[in-house]
Amino acid sequence: MAAEITMNGPIARLGRLTLERLDAMGDISVFALRTFSHCLRATVHKRDLERLIPQFHSIGTLSVPVIMVTGLFVGMVLAIQAIEQFRAAGLENRMGVIVSLSVVRELGPVLAGIMLAGRVGGALTAELGTMRVTEQIDALRSMGSDPIRVLVVPRFLACLLLTPVLTLYCNLVGVLGGWLISVPIFNVSNWAYWTYTELAVETWDIASGLFKSVFFGATIGMISCYKGFNCGQGAQGVGKACTESFVAGFVVILILDFFIALLLKGAYEAIWGFKMIF
Amino acid sequence: MAGMSNASSTIIEMRQVYKRFGPLEVLRGIDLSLAKGRTTVVIGESGTGKSVLIKHMIGLIRPDAGEIHIDGQRVDPLHEKQWVPIRQRFGYLFQMGALFDSLTAGENIAFPLKEHTGLSDAEIHDIVARKLDLVGLDGVQNKWPSELSGGQRKRVALARAIAMDPDIILYDEPTTGLDPIRSDTINDLIIKLKDELAVTSIVVTHDMTSAFKVADRILMLNQGQFIADGTADDFRNTRDPRVRAFVTGDADLNIIEESATPPTRGESS
Repeated sequence: MAAEITMNGPIARLGRLTLERLDAMGDISVFALRTFSHCLRATVHKRDLERLIPQFHSIGTLSVPVIMVTGLFVGMVLAIQAIEQFRAAGLENRMGVIVSLSVVRELGPVLAGIMLAGRVGGALTAELGTMRVTEQIDALRSMGSDPIRVLVVPRFLACLLLTPVLTLYCNLVGVLGGWLISVPIFNVSNWAYWTYTELAVETWDIASGLFKSVFFGATIGMISCYKGFNCGQGAQGVGKACTESFVAGFVVILILDFFIALLLKGAYEAIWGFKMIF
Repeated sequence: MAGMSNASSTIIEMRQVYKRFGPLEVLRGIDLSLAKGRTTVVIGESGTGKSVLIKHMIGLIRPDAGEIHIDGQRVDPLHEKQWVPIRQRFGYLFQMGALFDSLTAGENIAFPLKEHTGLSDAEIHDIVARKLDLVGLDGVQNKWPSELSGGQRKRVALARAIAMDPDIILYDEPTTGLDPIRSDTINDLIIKLKDELAVTSIVVTHDMTSAFKVADRILMLNQGQFIADGTADDFRNTRDPRVRAFVTGDADLNIIEESATPPTRGESS
């Protein structure tokens, strides 16, 4: 058979690699489509809704502390880095503006997303990967249940719906972190911090950050479940799947962030024109 | 060889089934016909594709070529959704039990009932207790799989496999990893289920004690094909060196087997 002939030239390798990648693309697309079609149905069935609650707890509630710590330190470090330069330029009253805008538009959503890719994505891949390795996913199918509906949909929906909520927590604590450094420690006026923040930060800024976080949540849910479902044999397979899941989630979040930011910036300028912050 | 079924009592039939994973040819033209209400044991070395064979019967793996019929209906081209009603006729005992870690023993057994029946919680509770009683474990409902011993996990898994009162039960290495006493309890259960519930059983194993005890018919799988088919007595008295080596567990005979060219044996159906 022609397929038996082993070719190892660079062109053959490139071809094989391309086919493998395309294959994986097709796989994850089918996986995603099946998940979406079940998601719509999940909102009506009581049993499907019941499966959501434990996922909300483990993905949402249990992530709150780590998200808040992330937000706090991001806000504080931003203030520490900016305060000297702002003071030198006589702009210390505007500290709230730089901290809040940076956190709300970019750092809050992205860092919350990355934190969740690690905390939630890793755990989901490990859990589903272990279920695959120990034949629990096959067991579900053997009992006539669809593993995507039972396992993937609740996890995906929890990631999709709760990432924006967690991002809000991260934003809030980030702004407070900036205040903590600026006002009590570097004696910026409390009134100025909040007044200029209020002037500069628009609903659009908060909404655009949350808009991005919805995509980050979907990315985390989809990649981690897919990697878990397709993990290799044994403990090594599960470990490898977790690493791949985190790295892929991280990279996709950063790339998505860039393109969504570009898109939103274009949309804002088309509607309201260029905005001068200072 | 043992005279098997006539066509009317055939429940599972495989015709010229082939399956390969990458370069590895696992099944090479399997022809098989299983009689209703009988216990068939498939033996063979580890890695000969015994689990792959029974996973074909329930649609967890699709054949590359060939046909699979269940009760006269051709099932191999069916979609995942069309398999659902067929799979509800099956119970599948996985090698390691495959209990859901996130559910208690009782919830594991209740799972298929909650998914596919409209029974009330009280009725499901009763069925769970009855099934656990059948496997001799009533009372472990609220324990987590991690709190159970290996043998208990396997018995809970068996209770889950029979929760929906299947007519066909597939056992994947039911006694592997259990001590001889525990193994024998499982063997007794297989016989009890056949006698009391009249189920058709397919047991995949390399434990010859278990095979001899439960089998109405034994098939030996070797390199993707059946090389022997008969009753327990046929296997005890066989002169085929490959079968003898396996039955007696003699490694020296295994070496002879590898150098011998495999003669074709009757693959009666």
